Amino acid sequence: MSQTVASQTEYNYKVVRQFAIMTVIWGIVGMGVGVFIAAQLAWPALNFDIPWLTYSRLRPLHTNAVIFAFGTSALFATSYYVVQRTCQTRLFSDKLASFTFWGWQAIIVAAAITLPLGITSSKEYAELEWPIDIAIAVVWVTYAVVFFGTLINRKVSHIYVANWFYAGFIITVAVLHIVNSMAVPVSLTKSYSIYAGAVDAMVQWWYGHNAVGFLLTAGFLGMMYYFVPKQAGRPVYSYRLSVVHFWALVSLYIWAGPHHLHYTALPDWTQSLGMVMSVILFVPSWGGMINGIMTLSGAWHKLRTDPVLRFLVVSLSFYGMSTFEGPMMAIKSVNALSHYTDWTVGHVHSGALGWVAMISIGAIYHLIPALFGHANMYSVKLVNTHFWLHTVGVVLYIVAMWISGVMQGLMWRAVNSDGTLMYSFVQSLEASYPFYIMRFLGGVFIVVGMLVMAYNVYRTVTAKSGSLATDANTQMA
Amino acid sequence: MTSFWSIWVIVLTLACLALIFGLLIWNLKNYTGVEEGASCGHEFDGIEELNNPLPKWWTYMFFATFVWSVYYLAMYPGLGNFAGLLGWTSSNQGVISLEESKQAVLDAKDKGVWVQLDKEFEAADERFGPIFKAFAEQDVLTLAKDSDALEIGQRLYAQNCAQCHGSDARGGLGFPNLTDKDWLYGGTPDQIKETLLNGRIAAMPGWEAALGEQGVKEMTAYVLSLSGRTVNQKDADAGKAKFAMCAACHGADGTGSVALGLPFGAPDLTDNIWLYGGSKRAVEESIRHGRAGVMPAWKDILGEDKVHLLTAYVYSLSQEK
Repeated sequence: MSQTVASQTEYNYKVVRQFAIMTVIWGIVGMGVGVFIAAQLAWPALNFDIPWLTYSRLRPLHTNAVIFAFGTSALFATSYYVVQRTCQTRLFSDKLASFTFWGWQAIIVAAAITLPLGITSSKEYAELEWPIDIAIAVVWVTYAVVFFGTLINRKVSHIYVANWFYAGFIITVAVLHIVNSMAVPVSLTKSYSIYAGAVDAMVQWWYGHNAVGFLLTAGFLGMMYYFVPKQAGRPVYSYRLSVVHFWALVSLYIWAGPHHLHYTALPDWTQSLGMVMSVILFVPSWGGMINGIMTLSGAWHKLRTDPVLRFLVVSLSFYGMSTFEGPMMAIKSVNALSHYTDWTVGHVHSGALGWVAMISIGAIYHLIPALFGHANMYSVKLVNTHFWLHTVGVVLYIVAMWISGVMQGLMWRAVNSDGTLMYSFVQSLEASYPFYIMRFLGGVFIVVGMLVMAYNVYRTVTAKSGSLATDANTQMA
Repeated sequence: MTSFWSIWVIVLTLACLALIFGLLIWNLKNYTGVEEGASCGHEFDGIEELNNPLPKWWTYMFFATFVWSVYYLAMYPGLGNFAGLLGWTSSNQGVISLEESKQAVLDAKDKGVWVQLDKEFEAADERFGPIFKAFAEQDVLTLAKDSDALEIGQRLYAQNCAQCHGSDARGGLGFPNLTDKDWLYGGTPDQIKETLLNGRIAAMPGWEAALGEQGVKEMTAYVLSLSGRTVNQKDADAGKAKFAMCAACHGADGTGSVALGLPFGAPDLTDNIWLYGGSKRAVEESIRHGRAGVMPAWKDILGEDKVHLLTAYVYSLSQEK
């Protein structure tokens, strides 16, 4: 490519490498715990009557590990890489960047210890207790300093769209985390939220949904805007589309939380408003998918030979699917069927495994050779194997949860001719059993794929620099 | 919500929608200074951006959601305190007691407010009410032999009673077994119905202060002996001497308040059936600290007709098949 790029030595790749490797490791840990608790749902005896292994304690460990260890490490790695390369300048501060790496890893380890011990604030996706919450706030603000400092030091006039999304994600996650975690400590390991009742619920789901909206959507859209055009070797489809969908996405998402609280004590107006904003949100969400997929115009043939691009493009398809599904589920009458069922679990995982995991895995496969001085991964064939293992796993998982979720919803509302309920809760649980096994199998496929990835990454990282020649099948950007 | 916060919400909501709408309109025009479809001219690490127009079908979808959202916010509550043109609410929100709830239902009817939950209850009553009315006209003993009635009764039981008394009605610790002949408040159809309609509150006082530690032990021994359990005879005799204080409710012979014809729910202590467990420790605990069993009242929740049917079902459980 003909461009004025600062030589690689001027960029801080060390912290990017660290986060990239940890993404793979935490991916295996987080998804492995997920498979284990999926097995517990099918075969409850697997908790072995050990408190630390009960579903109630391992489930938050799973969600924290995949969102904040795997997903967020991927965001740290890619954002540090992308902001340097698109601003053509080194990270604002190596020391602070290094602090974010070690700080974040320490937080993850603290989570992995405290959650199985049952130390929890009991707020979903915000279970960590106050000392860890404070540490998160400190590391996150440091992250913002490094990222924005680098943006300010940029050598190009415009700010690239990927950085808009990273910036939006970093700012909003800081606000969400700090506001939702406000608590009164009563001991080192226990605190109580400063909010009460319906307000507490509303703050929690304002946080909860925007953790999805900003961390798992905006952040990863930032990733998409760099790695898709880069891997496809094509320009971004539409600048104006990115302007509209960025501003519409960030301003609408923040309202959408109440759709988690339909038909609860939350005031009617809040529920309706959350639903309205969620439904409009569908359109700007698809703006990102369109911009990503249309970027492939003229490069579709590359999908045949490049499994990394395949990861990226299929992730966009899952993104489109779950951002259609989400607004539908936010409609009250659909929510009446879907809420509290496995459908929600299926929806979350089509986003998490389909969109977030696949775009991250694709980005890491792009990054690892670039970071360790190779033209390519050790084995492109194994990347392809991983792609199919992961895809089959995701499809098994979400299809199982769709069927089981819709079935549960229908069974719970079925009434006899006398108006009494047709099924008891236990009957619906019994009917879900085969789908729990199917979901478990889907998870096994995904974890096996991650292990294949780990092997491939290990061989690439340890290979002699430059020894992995360009494979005829893929093209380096 | 005060008017200030209501206006705050309305302004923020409409401003957000208006800004996004304006953004969309603004980007429909090509303001970039480069031709449509051409590169915008900036480049980032080799990535260029094209100036393609927004896809038409996508902008149409955007407009459609705007139209729908304005319609929805006009019809339903959503803009602060504005109630919406349909006058719809999901339920009588904010009520905190059964009395308030009943009053709110009446008030809403008076004012012609469309309360979704009330309407659904009404519709269900209209549709299913006659079925239960017809059953309510027959007496419990007849219904207890009617397989249709028992089938529906069983479903009502599964949804409303099984949580405490178990899906097999055999009860659990603190929750009476409904399949045996041991009734705390009597097992005639009328007594069962009374229990279901109005609930029961049992209050066994704690005797720790009156009896002292040794006294609790002795009383436990005596109570267990009533059911034929092997105990320390000396303790039991000492307990028996003080049993008069228990006799007011449990009867002089310990056969319980039903045998006395009194509605106290004081269990028969001679049948070796123990609501709170029959171990020495559990009985000691009952005597030391007392027990407070509560059966909720179902009259206002299920209505008398359904309770009638449920009475027949519960009655049938303890009858010989």
